[in-house]
Amino acid sequence: MELREIISTGNDLNAIAAVDAGCEFFGGYPITPSSEVMHTISDLLPAAGGAAIQMEDEIAGIAATAGAAMAGVRAMTATSGPGVSLKAENLGLAQMAEVPLVLVNVMRGGPSTGLPTRVSQGDVRQARNPSHGDYRSITLCAGNLAECYTEVVRAFNLADRFMQPVIVLTDETIGHMHGKAMIPTVEEVKKGIVPRKTFDGPAEEYFPYECGPTEPATLNPMFKGYRYHFTGLHHDKKGFPTEEIETCRKLIQRLEDKVMMHTDEIELNEEFMMDDLTGEEGEVLIIAYGSVSLAAKEAIRHLRADGIKAGLFRPITLWPSPADTIKKHTDKIKNVLCVELNIRQYTEEVERVSGRLDIEGLYKVNGRALSPYEIVEKVKEVF
Amino acid sequence: MAFNYDKYLRLEKMPTLWCWGCGDGVILKAFIRAVDKMGWSQDDVCVVSGIGCSGRFSSYVDFNTIHTTHGRTVAFATGVKLANPDKHVICVGGDGDALAIGGNHTIHGCRRNIDINFIVINNFIYGLTNSQTSPTTPQGMWTVSQKAGNIDPTFDACDLAIASGASFVAREKITEPRKLEKIFIKGFQHRGFSFFDVISNCHINLGRKNKMASAMENLEWIDNITMPKAKYDKLSEEEQLNLFPTGVLKHDENAREYCDMYEDIKAAQQGKRGVITQDEFEKKI
Repeated sequence: MELREIISTGNDLNAIAAVDAGCEFFGGYPITPSSEVMHTISDLLPAAGGAAIQMEDEIAGIAATAGAAMAGVRAMTATSGPGVSLKAENLGLAQMAEVPLVLVNVMRGGPSTGLPTRVSQGDVRQARNPSHGDYRSITLCAGNLAECYTEVVRAFNLADRFMQPVIVLTDETIGHMHGKAMIPTVEEVKKGIVPRKTFDGPAEEYFPYECGPTEPATLNPMFKGYRYHFTGLHHDKKGFPTEEIETCRKLIQRLEDKVMMHTDEIELNEEFMMDDLTGEEGEVLIIAYGSVSLAAKEAIRHLRADGIKAGLFRPITLWPSPADTIKKHTDKIKNVLCVELNIRQYTEEVERVSGRLDIEGLYKVNGRALSPYEIVEKVKEVF
Repeated sequence: MAFNYDKYLRLEKMPTLWCWGCGDGVILKAFIRAVDKMGWSQDDVCVVSGIGCSGRFSSYVDFNTIHTTHGRTVAFATGVKLANPDKHVICVGGDGDALAIGGNHTIHGCRRNIDINFIVINNFIYGLTNSQTSPTTPQGMWTVSQKAGNIDPTFDACDLAIASGASFVAREKITEPRKLEKIFIKGFQHRGFSFFDVISNCHINLGRKNKMASAMENLEWIDNITMPKAKYDKLSEEEQLNLFPTGVLKHDENAREYCDMYEDIKAAQQGKRGVITQDEFEKKI
C-alpha cells in the first residue's frame, strides 16, 4: 500500500480520514477532548462540498448525522463519554433501522463528567452496548496516530457493509498526540471504498429489509424513486411497524447474526513480538489496546532486555471481540496480563473467551497515562 | 370531483391507529392536498416524525419517511435537509414531542431558520401514553399524572417559535380544514423554517375527564378558544387572555435561510470568497 507522511494530531487525523473516505456530513457538539475533530472537519467538509454543523446538543449531533445517513450520504459524529451517554438512544435507532454512520469517541475519565481533560479507557464496556436492546456493536480502537486515520476509514467501510453504526474509540492521549504518521494516500483510500449496497430494480419490487438471515438491509439513498420507511419500531420487509411474532424474532436474530456470522470481516489485531512465544514456562503475554499499547510495546522491549520473553496481543477491533484468537493465545501462554485504563473492562471479556480466571491485570484510573515502567514492574511482581 | 388521496397514501397501512373522531386525519388530508397543490414529486419529499400518535403520520404517507426517536424530529430533519438542500422536508410532531422532550430542537430549528416545515399537532395532552400533562395542557385540567388538577403553566407554541426566530409561524385548527390547507401551502412556499401550530382534539385522553367526552364537544371547545388574528388583534389584552389567534402570525420573507447561508461557508472554505464578517448581517448583536 502506498503511504504518505503526515504530521498531525489524532483528532485531526480522524477528521482528515473521514473526508478522504467520502464523508459528506458531520453533526457535532463541543466536548473535551474530542472538539478538535469538529473544528477540523468544519473546515474540510465544506471545502470538499459537504456540510458540517454544530448542533444544539449531543443528541441533535447524532440525530442530524443519522438523518443525513438515512438520506444516503456517509456521515460522522464525534464526542466523548458523556456525549455517548446522551447519544445512546439514537445509536439504538441506527442499530434498529440499520443506518450506517461513524461515531468517534475520544475517551476521557468517567463516570459522569469525570476527568474531562484526562485520559481513560473507561468507555470500552459502554461501546459494547451503548443503547438498550439486542444488537451487536462494532467497535474499533486506534492504537497510534496512523490508526486514528486508518480506523476511521475502515469504520466507514464497515458501516456501509453491515449497515449500522461503527464506533471508533480513541482517547485523550492519542487524540491530542502530535507527531508523524505514515498513512495511506488518498488514492489508496478511494480505491478501498466499498459503498453501501443498493437495489436498482423496479421500485415495486424493492423491500429494503428483505434480506438473507445473516445479511444487512439494503437501504437505497433517499430521493431517487425508492420510497420506504425508517422506524425504531420492529418492522417488516418494507420498514413498516409490525408486531407479527415471526417477523419480530427474525429481525432481532438477524441484527445479531449479520455481525456475529461475519466476524472474520471485522476482526483486526496486532501481534507484537509474539512470533517467538512458543508456550514455554516464563513467557508473558500482555493484552492491551489503544494508547496503552504504546507503553506496553516499550515495556516489552525492556522486559526482553532483562531476559523475560514477553509479547503484546493488541485487538484493534474490540467488539465483537476476537474470541477465537484470544483463546488460541491464552491456551498456549500461561502468564497473561491485561493492561487497561479502566477496571477490568476488557479483562472480563478475555476471561470469558479464554475460560481462564487467572488473568492478571494492571488497571489505572487516575486520569494519567501508563508508563512502560509500571508495566515492567507489574510483570516482574506477578509472574 | 372529490380529491383523490390514494396516490399519496400507503393504503396497506389503513386504517390508521388514530381513534375515531381524531383530528389527525383532518391534518393528514390537508397536508396531502397542500403537497399536491405544490406540485412536488413524492420522491422529492421527506416526512420526518417523532413519537406519539403524531409519530405514526410518517408511516401513512407515501414519501421518503422517517419515524425517529421521541422529540428529535427536527434534529434528524436538519441532517436530511442540509445534505439535500433542494429537497422538501416536513416534520410532524405532537405537543409533547415538539415542546417538551424535543423543545430544544424546536428552538434551534427555528433559530437557524433552516427550510424545514414543522407541523405541530397540538391536542393539549399526551394521547398515545394515555392522558399525561403536556406543555400545552391548560392549568386546572385533569390529567392522569396530575389527577388533582394540572398546575404547570402552559406554553404558547407560536410565541416560542416567533421568539426563537422561525420566519414563518402560523396557527390553525382542524375545524377549518380549508384554511389549514392554505396555511400549509403558504408555509411550504416559504423558504425558511415554517412552524405550524395545528390545534387538534383528543376527546379520548383530554376530553373524557374534562367535560368534553365526545369529539364534537372537544371541537366546540377548540372553536371557543381560537379566533382569527385580524379579529383577535382588535381585542383588549384582557379579552385576548383565553384566546389563541389563528392564521399567519409571522411571515418574514427576507430572513436568510440556513442552507443558503451555508453555501457562503462552502464558498469561503473553497476560496471563492472571503470569510463571512459582521458587515454582512444587519443585526450585529
